[in-house]
Amino acid sequence: MTRTGTPTAAGAPPPAAAPPGRFEFAPVAAVLVREWALYRRSWKPTTFAAVVEPVVMLLAFGVGLGSLVGIINGQPYIHFLGTGIVATSVLFTSMFPGLIDTYVRRVFQHTYDGMLAAPVDVRELVTGEAAWIAAKAGVYGCAPMLVAVGFGLPASPGMLLVPLIACATGFGFALAGIWMSALVPSIKTMDYIMSGLITPLFLIAGTFFPIDTLPPWAQAVARLNPLYHCVELVRGAVFGLGADDLGHLAGILVFAALMWCLAVFQMRRRLID
Amino acid sequence: MPPPRDAAPSGSRTAGPDSPRRAAPAIALRGVVKRFGAFTAVDGLDLDVPEGIVMGLLGPNGAGKSTTMRMLTAQSRADAGEITVLGHAVPRAAKRARALMGVVPQHDNLDEELTVAENLEVFTHLYRVPRAHRAAAVQRALRIAHLEDRRDTRTDKLSGGMRRRLLIARGLVHRPRLALLDEPTVGLDPQVRQELWGVVTGLRDDGVTVLMSTHYIEEAERLSDEVALMAKGRVVVRGAPADLVAAHAGATVEEFRPGPDGPDALEQRVRAAGLASRRTGAHVAVLRAEALPPSLRDTLGAGDARAATLEDVFVALTGEAVE
Repeated sequence: MTRTGTPTAAGAPPPAAAPPGRFEFAPVAAVLVREWALYRRSWKPTTFAAVVEPVVMLLAFGVGLGSLVGIINGQPYIHFLGTGIVATSVLFTSMFPGLIDTYVRRVFQHTYDGMLAAPVDVRELVTGEAAWIAAKAGVYGCAPMLVAVGFGLPASPGMLLVPLIACATGFGFALAGIWMSALVPSIKTMDYIMSGLITPLFLIAGTFFPIDTLPPWAQAVARLNPLYHCVELVRGAVFGLGADDLGHLAGILVFAALMWCLAVFQMRRRLID
Repeated sequence: MPPPRDAAPSGSRTAGPDSPRRAAPAIALRGVVKRFGAFTAVDGLDLDVPEGIVMGLLGPNGAGKSTTMRMLTAQSRADAGEITVLGHAVPRAAKRARALMGVVPQHDNLDEELTVAENLEVFTHLYRVPRAHRAAAVQRALRIAHLEDRRDTRTDKLSGGMRRRLLIARGLVHRPRLALLDEPTVGLDPQVRQELWGVVTGLRDDGVTVLMSTHYIEEAERLSDEVALMAKGRVVVRGAPADLVAAHAGATVEEFRPGPDGPDALEQRVRAAGLASRRTGAHVAVLRAEALPPSLRDTLGAGDARAATLEDVFVALTGEAVE
């Protein structure tokens, strides 16, 4: 069969004028509009959970454990912890929504079926959902650091980079959550991910103690943990950047790129049959 | 404004002698096949929907109606065949086609936490209504849904009928040239269904092409310019409802209560005379009863005559005859 070229409808040119198959930002923006409308309804509980949880953790460990630990890597423990818990906050505010909200919307609410009937492709949908979660993680992730400032952490210009680091890391973990939400056969199987993956991720990241206190094999595992790179990069931004931090940045970016590919691939398999 | 193209969507196939229309159809499916594992949901489907008509898609559960709808938006990918929607090849240029059509899904997927107007507003963005026209588009959709006084009501506070009207209006915010309605009235009260019929007729009056799948045969008969009857992933027959009734069920149908020898014997006698029949509960309904030979009629006892309906065609063609 021969193709007769791109058929064009008579009359007004279609609004989606980009060539078929091109990634467009208009649908991503539309996904964000929806998120913003939903957020205006739910910002109070969302903000409460996103701020209070890491702050309680910071106060409990920072003040309680800090009186025993004293100085770590030349910093008071609560400063060490306040910068590290930024990453914990990013993990929780990005991976859980990516995993649970995405699953509920896809399976129970059929939201994505409705959106994909509009001129929106799966990768634009996934990008929009992850970008929104990442933006929230970028903002909420700063809360523990600000509390640490209240406990005497000196404010520095490098702190302005922290929202960006939190946002990039949040993008990666949101996509990881979206990918896994499309992998699990049922909502109950998410327990494996939460207990078996998220808990070790956040404990073996150098947040609560430097990873060089771990046995060598565990240190090697920690270096594969994207959250570890986020912790180190945040500390670098706050206490002074070094050459290592380029490696940490690369770790975060590679992680996000890999997760984007996996999330788009797996969501496409689930949403397009 | 139907495009004045006498186009065949693909090179090697020309418009056949059976297509007198010069305009390209709004929807063209050619030899479309869709399999799910060992199950073939759509099995060599051919269907043209001319621009500007309401086409009812009828068929029993599992006939492939919903799968066909999903293939038109490229949310389901055909294993074989060609699909063209408003001149755009699907799935290759599906995004352009989707921008021109509005879809009303079978499953209610409104955002419950959002208000009526917010649900519509989100879809003006998804369908890329220009900024300057968004407020008017929302207002127009509210009017279509008869929800002007509910614009700030949260969606979870709406009644079932209101939700369905909102779901339909949401798919029309961008003034689509083609509307796909997948079982738009399933599970609704008769009163609410009638309200929705008005929306469908209104679309047709505006020149919008409508493809509507439904279980309610009476609804298809009332609203459709043409119906396509699907069974086992193919179109069994299509045409104007009245023509289909005349061709397959005649003018009148007469229902007889079977005698002591049972309904099977009665049906055998009717079929031996070259007439079709169907069961209506305990009764046997003879199609085209006006052609019953008097000699046979005398043996059947007293019958209840009524006008033939599309339902008689539906059951006769998809129920017993196809098996």
